[in-house]
Amino acid sequence: MGAALNSVFTVSDVRRLAKSVFSITFDAPELASRAEPGQFVHIKCGHSRPLRRPFGISDVCGGKLTVVFEVRGEGTKWLAASAPGRRVDINGPLGRGFSETNGNILVVGGGLGAAPLLFAARRARESGGVTAVLGFRGISNAVLTDKFESVCYGVFVTTEDGSSGLRGTVALPLEELLKTGKYSAVLSCGPRAMLKSVAELCERAGARCEAALEERMGCGVGACLVCVCKTKKNGVETMSRVCRDGPVFDAREVVW
Amino acid sequence: MSRDSHNIDMKVTFAGIEFKNPVVTASGTFGFGREYAEYFDLSELGGVCTKGLTLKARQGNPPPRIAETPMGMLNSVGLQNPGVDAFIKNELPFLKKYDTRVIANIAGETAEEYAEMAQKLSGAGVDIIEVNVSCPNVREGGMQFGVSARAVAGVTRAVKRRSGVPVMIKLSPNVTDIAEIARAAEGEGADAVSLINTLLGMRIDIKTRRPVLANNTGGLSGAAILPVALRMIWQARRAVKIPILGMGGVTSGDDAVEMLLAGASLIGVGTASFTHPGAAIDIRDGIAAYMRENGVAAVSDLTGGVEAY
Repeated sequence: MGAALNSVFTVSDVRRLAKSVFSITFDAPELASRAEPGQFVHIKCGHSRPLRRPFGISDVCGGKLTVVFEVRGEGTKWLAASAPGRRVDINGPLGRGFSETNGNILVVGGGLGAAPLLFAARRARESGGVTAVLGFRGISNAVLTDKFESVCYGVFVTTEDGSSGLRGTVALPLEELLKTGKYSAVLSCGPRAMLKSVAELCERAGARCEAALEERMGCGVGACLVCVCKTKKNGVETMSRVCRDGPVFDAREVVW
Repeated sequence: MSRDSHNIDMKVTFAGIEFKNPVVTASGTFGFGREYAEYFDLSELGGVCTKGLTLKARQGNPPPRIAETPMGMLNSVGLQNPGVDAFIKNELPFLKKYDTRVIANIAGETAEEYAEMAQKLSGAGVDIIEVNVSCPNVREGGMQFGVSARAVAGVTRAVKRRSGVPVMIKLSPNVTDIAEIARAAEGEGADAVSLINTLLGMRIDIKTRRPVLANNTGGLSGAAILPVALRMIWQARRAVKIPILGMGGVTSGDDAVEMLLAGASLIGVGTASFTHPGAAIDIRDGIAAYMRENGVAAVSDLTGGVEAY
């Protein structure tokens, strides 16, 4: 993992992927060359808000770095309104990414949690094979599925309302896939409840599982201790920093 | 460097300790320095103030611990730290590698706890003890002490008796009369005061009708609190003779100059580091630029320089 840097980078592309979901790409060779799947960048979204916004890195390609995000408030609205050429202050890449991207990998994403897994899937494909399970609320929220299809052996989409793919949650295809016992690791990102159930299914199947967590952040570098989650290692409970000790954790160590 | 090519003097002598420049990091915003050391050389700072230390390790409060506010933020970390002994063993040696002053921030549940920590830390080689009687996020100790002149006097007395290095009392802004509290600290021999700690605040999620912070309330910091900090530093400056480490919402060199003029001798940079990892260095350079532009030879000449009506 390369050291983080804080600098200003130029927007090269902005796309709308769904009603309120956007992808934004930066010309950032210094970031792209250092980034590891599962890491995030901390972006200053305009002047009116003091805190940066964390975004998992969803793709790195030829000196460009992409993140995918949902417009939730003023900061993300500002970012979505960017045009190519805008200069944006970015700190990154930050945090600890996925440690297991070699071998036969299964990625399991929920909603926008799919985004950072795309980068992980690309990396895994270089050395082995990747299968993806992607869960969404409905077809209108299903993003990046085409990208995963170009990278993965198999892509299983589930929707809560059955409007695309299997009706239900990621647990359905995941359970079946785990039965094959052929995956060296499961990499997961999404809502906490989904991560918890993925972790439990993996545990039961004896599969190694890494989970990328999300938490409200302050500094993003590990100094302020606001974005903590409880973890347990060798019987000792710790408040770990999602931004520094994570965002990717060994799922067995997270106190869900 | 305390003197640059334009011959300005950034040195500050504070409670008998020489700082190479007036910028220090504020407790709780800079960890123990390791994270920001990846962005700049800590020796560039006047000093580093540690995360608040307690006698035993503390897990802190449950998350969410942060809520953004207009030009500021609330936190309710609740003094998560490894404990004073682990700090001395694992963190202090790292900070001592740098040519910068180390201020150890301590928080106790009783006056005796504060005193015990002060003794340990001064023996371990920190330069100043900052006594946190103003943490708004813990049940025992913290702000309970800081809102009472009598309690502040009691803690100051206990710490002064056992500390081998200068003692600075960190004051809470959540009081009616800051001058009274500052005088109570000075009266028991405090070598300096620092202010302001965070202002107690709250935010509510209107969808869930629940507080945004799991602790319900938290401490407000960031640019939003600068005017309150300036007012209280100015009032404290007129109440006591001991030097003041000013902090609260400083995000630029110009803000820092305002705070020096209000009466501060050193400037603490906190939340600004979250926005820009290199904020403390930019602020130091901003003070130097102001001095050059305005013919100020020594930064200490700015302290208390406001001409009030």
